[in-house]
Amino acid sequence: MPVESVFPRLEPLLPRVSKPVQYVGGELNATAKDWDDTAVRWALCYPDAYEVGLPNQGIMILYEVLNEQPDVLAERTYAVWDDLEQLMREHGVPQFTVESHRPVGAFDLLGVSFATELGYTNLLTALDLAGIPLHSTDRTDEHPIVIGGGHAAFNPEPVADFVDAAVLGDGEEAVLEITGIVRDWKAQGRPGGREELLGRLADTGGVYVPRCYDVDYLPDGRIERVVPNTDRAPERVSKATTMDLDEWPYPKQPLVPLAESVHERMSVEIFRGCTRGCRFCQAGMITRPVRERSAAGIGDMVQRGLDASGFTEVGLLSLSSADHSEIGEVTKGLADRYEGSGTSLSLPSTRVDAFNVDLANELARNGRRSGLTFAPEGGSERIRRVINKMVSEEDLISTVSTAFGAGWRQVKLYFMCGLPTETDDDVLQIAHMSHGVIRAGREVSGRKDIRATISIGAFVPKPHTPFQWAAQEHPAVIDERLRKLRAEINSDRRIGRNVGMRYHDGKPALIEGLLSRGDRRVGRVIERVWREGGRFDGWGEHFSYDRWVEACVAELEPLGVSLEWFTTRERDRTEVLPWDHLDSGLDKEWLWEDWVDALDGREQDDCRWVPCFDCGVCPSMGTDIQVGPGGRPLLPVDPVAHPDTPGQEVTAVSAPTRPWP
Amino acid sequence: MCRLWLRYAKRGRLRFTSHRDIARAVERGLRRAGLPMAYSQGFNPHPKVSWVGAAPTGSASEAEYVEIALVTPADPAVVRARLDAAMPEGLAVLDAVVAGPGSLADRMEASRWRIELPGVSVAALRDAVSAVLAAPEVQVERMTKNGSRSVDARAALVSLDVSDQPVVSPVAEPVTECGILTAVVWQASPAVRPDDVLSALDVVAGLRPPVPAKATRTAQGRLDDDGGLVDPLGADRSSTGPVPAQSGDGAERSDRGGVAGHAG
Repeated sequence: MPVESVFPRLEPLLPRVSKPVQYVGGELNATAKDWDDTAVRWALCYPDAYEVGLPNQGIMILYEVLNEQPDVLAERTYAVWDDLEQLMREHGVPQFTVESHRPVGAFDLLGVSFATELGYTNLLTALDLAGIPLHSTDRTDEHPIVIGGGHAAFNPEPVADFVDAAVLGDGEEAVLEITGIVRDWKAQGRPGGREELLGRLADTGGVYVPRCYDVDYLPDGRIERVVPNTDRAPERVSKATTMDLDEWPYPKQPLVPLAESVHERMSVEIFRGCTRGCRFCQAGMITRPVRERSAAGIGDMVQRGLDASGFTEVGLLSLSSADHSEIGEVTKGLADRYEGSGTSLSLPSTRVDAFNVDLANELARNGRRSGLTFAPEGGSERIRRVINKMVSEEDLISTVSTAFGAGWRQVKLYFMCGLPTETDDDVLQIAHMSHGVIRAGREVSGRKDIRATISIGAFVPKPHTPFQWAAQEHPAVIDERLRKLRAEINSDRRIGRNVGMRYHDGKPALIEGLLSRGDRRVGRVIERVWREGGRFDGWGEHFSYDRWVEACVAELEPLGVSLEWFTTRERDRTEVLPWDHLDSGLDKEWLWEDWVDALDGREQDDCRWVPCFDCGVCPSMGTDIQVGPGGRPLLPVDPVAHPDTPGQEVTAVSAPTRPWP
Repeated sequence: MCRLWLRYAKRGRLRFTSHRDIARAVERGLRRAGLPMAYSQGFNPHPKVSWVGAAPTGSASEAEYVEIALVTPADPAVVRARLDAAMPEGLAVLDAVVAGPGSLADRMEASRWRIELPGVSVAALRDAVSAVLAAPEVQVERMTKNGSRSVDARAALVSLDVSDQPVVSPVAEPVTECGILTAVVWQASPAVRPDDVLSALDVVAGLRPPVPAKATRTAQGRLDDDGGLVDPLGADRSSTGPVPAQSGDGAERSDRGGVAGHAG
């Protein structure tokens, strides 16, 4: 039966809300399919504002992968802002997809991206507006299967009550496997209903179905054990790993929104995974091993994506883009190809070395010469050993000197505050470092207009990292340290005035910590915050720390635990962690040793350049690192026309009419 | 360098786009179409695109205009077709001519708007329109970035007519009548927009549509002696080329000034 568009009911509401364009869809390269011609229907949800969610690569990739299947339909849905939410409730308009404005509740599956934990309250809004019961156990055969993915899905326990399933790891192949299971189940007449379908998903060993596991607690509040309550669920759920990125060149046709979004560019993921081993970095730990896309594959994706989108910016994305084994050739090849075409290239890399400056110089040939960014992450040599970020102050000074010598005038430096074992002194050394940067810049360039911006984030311990056992620092301590740092920076006014300092207060980070390392009991907190109006927690102006604290008091303390218990408490070796039954491939013993090494200030090298150090991923997942050089060059070089000179395209429109008077 | 003047439409759900949204979409369309665009000089070159007014966010249009510059001469019909094919759905490139003398903006004096008011009866609308036309001036409040300001909506009105044919509202539930207004408005400064015309109906006659009205700009141009609008591209259209029809609605075709430039 066809599902009707809710647009006729939505349209009269749109003139009454801010930025209505974000709700109308109409993106270039969006796919609209006939409902009745498809067997399996996915709604893909990014639980944040459209302007943030639209450019999300994960959603864009899965959207295209799914829609390439002839009998599969995938549409997208995003969080609606408060003004529209109120009107939708008033007028009975359900959560809708933006392509065809179909009600989300009518789909077979609702795939939710958990790129960040602070989207959890928005997930509840979307479920509620869709008419889907918040709790998995209250849903019937009429409701979509709600399935989460993304980095936060490596510990979905805080939202275990709200999702039916979660996928760990890469989604490209996983969504097709899940689609196949749903397709068969529907074709067979839905035997056994929703329970059977979830059972079949659990059978795969790669889809986590929280209701198939029971959690027992010890009297002191710690977890005693997490065990499957059915034979169908594995002891540990394993992550999915997509090998050979060249076989998955997505997005091929990136979505181009009408509304302005946070990233207006053609993004190409040049490799996935990272083995630098920064101990704070969850992304680097859970996405192993490193899998590079070939230079030729990158070149093809860039060209096709630009042709399909009309974007003027290319982003070469990964966790540390300068580490691609052929990055020099790729960068130079693309800079040559797009020279003078008005296309700018960017490469998010924060490596502290001269090679990074060379890359930046190459990229700046074609576009903006904005600041250069480096990420020492820690202020002192000691703390950088703790976090395994092997950069010396000399490295930094010599690197920025190279940059200032090459004509750059501004650098941005990223740091974290609240790292394990950190003292005031570790943070105050950031001042020393930034003063050194300004002095070096003035000396090399002979100019006074050298600027350094230091950007500081509060450290949040994450699951599946060596710091998963660490005590998170209390926001008050972080705020105080940063006050002292500011004073220290300004202690030498003539230098301090050229140093900008940016940081957010530590409170949202504490809540992020709760949601990152929480267990199933935290679900009650999320639901209470949401019922009391919590929305868009990732947005400073909407986040209410007090609301979270009060909800924690009300929901956790009767259970003998608390916000502090989940965040600022250090765990010991034997504690069962809420995500122990979710297998990222990392050996827990290895993680513990790396944690002990961190406390002792011992560094760990990168397995791309030293022998394997047994983190556990490759043998347990049957994977291996894939690094180049691949041997095939970036291109057939096909230079793009300079805008001021006639290119080959011109002939197609060269029927002159009359001379310009 | 070859300058072209284009007329384009924003339709359907694209009426919710802002001018900035349209500008981005057109610039990307130009790139996708592979046209030999001329770029501005400087550190961060931009394609040379000059905008002439813009229908406000929330209103559709069949008569938006823009000037683009190419580095080589080009057949306007080919440019129109290629650009049209490269645009997102709802953004249609309707007409293109090689730019004539003077500036395009100078050829814009007034706009005609078609405003649909679901749930408003023709009779009620007639009464309100008569009251507005009878008033010597109608001050309406408009919110701007700097707070509220007052404009005289009456002074900007060249004509204000109510369609004779009642139309069944596609939106309102239960199904009711939908009054249709045709307003010709001077493009003075500050510009009086469809919202201001609706405010005038409220101020003078207390008429408030139960659901938001939908406005579509159907024409822009100089006013001729009879109060019609002169096609701003008419004078520059090749006499052998096809004359594109003015926009879709029936009222438009009876327009006395619609293709006057071409006839002349």
